[in-house]
Amino acid sequence: MEYFLELFLGGLTRGSIYALIALGYTMVYGIIELINFAHGEIYMIGAFTALIVSGVLTLLGWNALAIIVIASIVAVIYSAAYGYTIEKIAYKPLRNAPRLSALISAIGMSLFLQNYVLLAQTSDFLPFPELIPEFGFLEPYSNFIRSSELVIFAVTAAVMLGLTFLIKFTRIGKAMRATAQDKMMASLVGIDVNRVISVTFIVGSATAAIGGVLIASHIGQLNYYIGFIAGIKAFVAAVLGGIGSIPGAVLGSLVLGWTESFFTGYVSSDYEDVFAFLFLVLILIFRPAGILGRSETEKV
Amino acid sequence: MFSIEEVKKSFLVSIWFMFLTFPIMVIRVNTIYKIVEWRWERMFYIGIGTFVISFIWRYLMRRKEMGVKKKEVGEDALPLAQRLLQNRRVSYPAIALVAVLALIYPFVFSLYQANIMITALIYVVIALGLNIVVGLAGLLDLGYVAFYAVGAYAYALLNYHFGLSFWVVLPIGAAIGALFGIILGFPVLRLRGDYLAIVTLGFGEIIRLILENWNEFSFGPSGIANIPRPSFFGIDLSLAETTRFVYFIMIGLTIFTIFVVNRLENSRIGRAWIALREDEVACQAMGIDKTKTKLTAFALGATWAGMGGVVFAAQTTFINPASFTIWESVIILCCVVLGGMGSIIGVILGALVIKLLPEYLREFSQYRMLLFGAILVIMMVFRPGGIITSVRRTYQFKGKSNRHA
Repeated sequence: MEYFLELFLGGLTRGSIYALIALGYTMVYGIIELINFAHGEIYMIGAFTALIVSGVLTLLGWNALAIIVIASIVAVIYSAAYGYTIEKIAYKPLRNAPRLSALISAIGMSLFLQNYVLLAQTSDFLPFPELIPEFGFLEPYSNFIRSSELVIFAVTAAVMLGLTFLIKFTRIGKAMRATAQDKMMASLVGIDVNRVISVTFIVGSATAAIGGVLIASHIGQLNYYIGFIAGIKAFVAAVLGGIGSIPGAVLGSLVLGWTESFFTGYVSSDYEDVFAFLFLVLILIFRPAGILGRSETEKV
Repeated sequence: MFSIEEVKKSFLVSIWFMFLTFPIMVIRVNTIYKIVEWRWERMFYIGIGTFVISFIWRYLMRRKEMGVKKKEVGEDALPLAQRLLQNRRVSYPAIALVAVLALIYPFVFSLYQANIMITALIYVVIALGLNIVVGLAGLLDLGYVAFYAVGAYAYALLNYHFGLSFWVVLPIGAAIGALFGIILGFPVLRLRGDYLAIVTLGFGEIIRLILENWNEFSFGPSGIANIPRPSFFGIDLSLAETTRFVYFIMIGLTIFTIFVVNRLENSRIGRAWIALREDEVACQAMGIDKTKTKLTAFALGATWAGMGGVVFAAQTTFINPASFTIWESVIILCCVVLGGMGSIIGVILGALVIKLLPEYLREFSQYRMLLFGAILVIMMVFRPGGIITSVRRTYQFKGKSNRHA
């Protein structure tokens, strides 16, 4: 039972991690129907920026709390800036092009960013400082849950609620939903579609950066390649939950996190990634709309 | 072009990029020795670089828009490359020249060069195979390298366990490639563009991870060594002779591929692929069997990768799963995209450029992947048709009014 609980909590952490990345994916996909392959890279860049900032501040002798706050804020700002710029360079000129073109452009962007970080920084795994201190009140449960895990759950929940609020109740959220439904109609009723898409990229990238900081500090290391597999898995999660749906992304991520955790715990850890991909193939074959997604019939 | 307005714009762009690249390009924290490296000179390079690039970017953007306008007006002239290709007085001597060069190449240049050329030709063959799937049928396959791996492992394992020779395995490898193509094709039949890309990517990774983890079957990450080179009717050849022999096998295979792919493109099935790429619904309405068409595209595309894999294993005599990562698929895709999706001559050129240039620009080899990424984006944004855009067969009406005009 204890082992089960351990796997359960491990899966929950994993799922929350995927969720933070999947939220950005699902938002972007919901609006421009493009798999933003570079999303995983933005997450990686967020983590790297936090590492660099916290490294500099630690050497300057700042106190821990200030470092966490400043590193996270800078990471979020930079990731958002990267997301915005990527959209302008690689996707905006292709808005009316065939979807294949945008997809290839996205893969190119992902490859470019990976190698940009690889060349500018290093290919080695870098140790990431543990930004989140151990909480005193968690002492008796330290076998099961670390404070960084608790923070990850809390932040994931907060981000999900925040995004739901943003999309459901604000002006820009309304504009996002309209754009997602029909770009042409949205622009006809006076919505600045380009601005809405930019905002979506900025919000999605900022979410990914929050994920990047939390995950890197939880795992304790990072390199230039962490974004890719995380990105793909987050995509699997987003599809599982029903792409375009915010609660769906979180639900899908949790389901994927648990299944992966139990699979590696009870069956085999060698084939962890194989399992994730098989899962994706099976979902797409049997329920392409995902758990919470609506299946749409294509109109001609 | 160099108005104040433009300079201001470029200046803002360069400031933006200096800000954007600041932490990652300039600062480097060494956590072990607790030193911070500041590399300010890089910021300067970024500033200058983006300033210039933003000018070029906007110039190209304007040209592209003008091109779109021209098309709307109807002045759609054939690009220069295509006109040259269609002109027999140019193309025949060119083909003859290439043929002579290809024949004397391994005798004039060193073995090292011949080996590079073999690798490049393998890429030409598999890129032409991928061109069937991506260029003609419009199905983005990111796991294409899996078929290449299947071919390579087919030769290595069949030879290891049963002692089958290269010539026996070459068709078997092609057949196994095709079989895997169909196996992959079935589940993804119903998927649209981007889901298809992800699933094929997943499939490619599954194959690689299985090869990496299933030690009893594939010898795991350490790979398989001492794979025999192709034999020449049982005669033992020296290393130099074998390399030349493999080179000529590759030349033969390339010509065979070009011939088949060319015939396929203009065949009934080839036209069905193009129709499928353009509009799936309309294509079905015309009575084309979508399932069959997609499956043949996958199977025929994978066939070439399977064959390429067999030759690859025979040439390098050592294979391991690390050669078959997703980024290898992306490089092959890059060959197709750079050359021109759907254009045979373009894809050949693309594969040669992608494979040969990094070999001769060794100093810049670390920037190779960065460049490939940039190529994918830039080609898609400015020239989605590639270097040599494929020209659809069109029937032109040449009436009297046209002649007078």
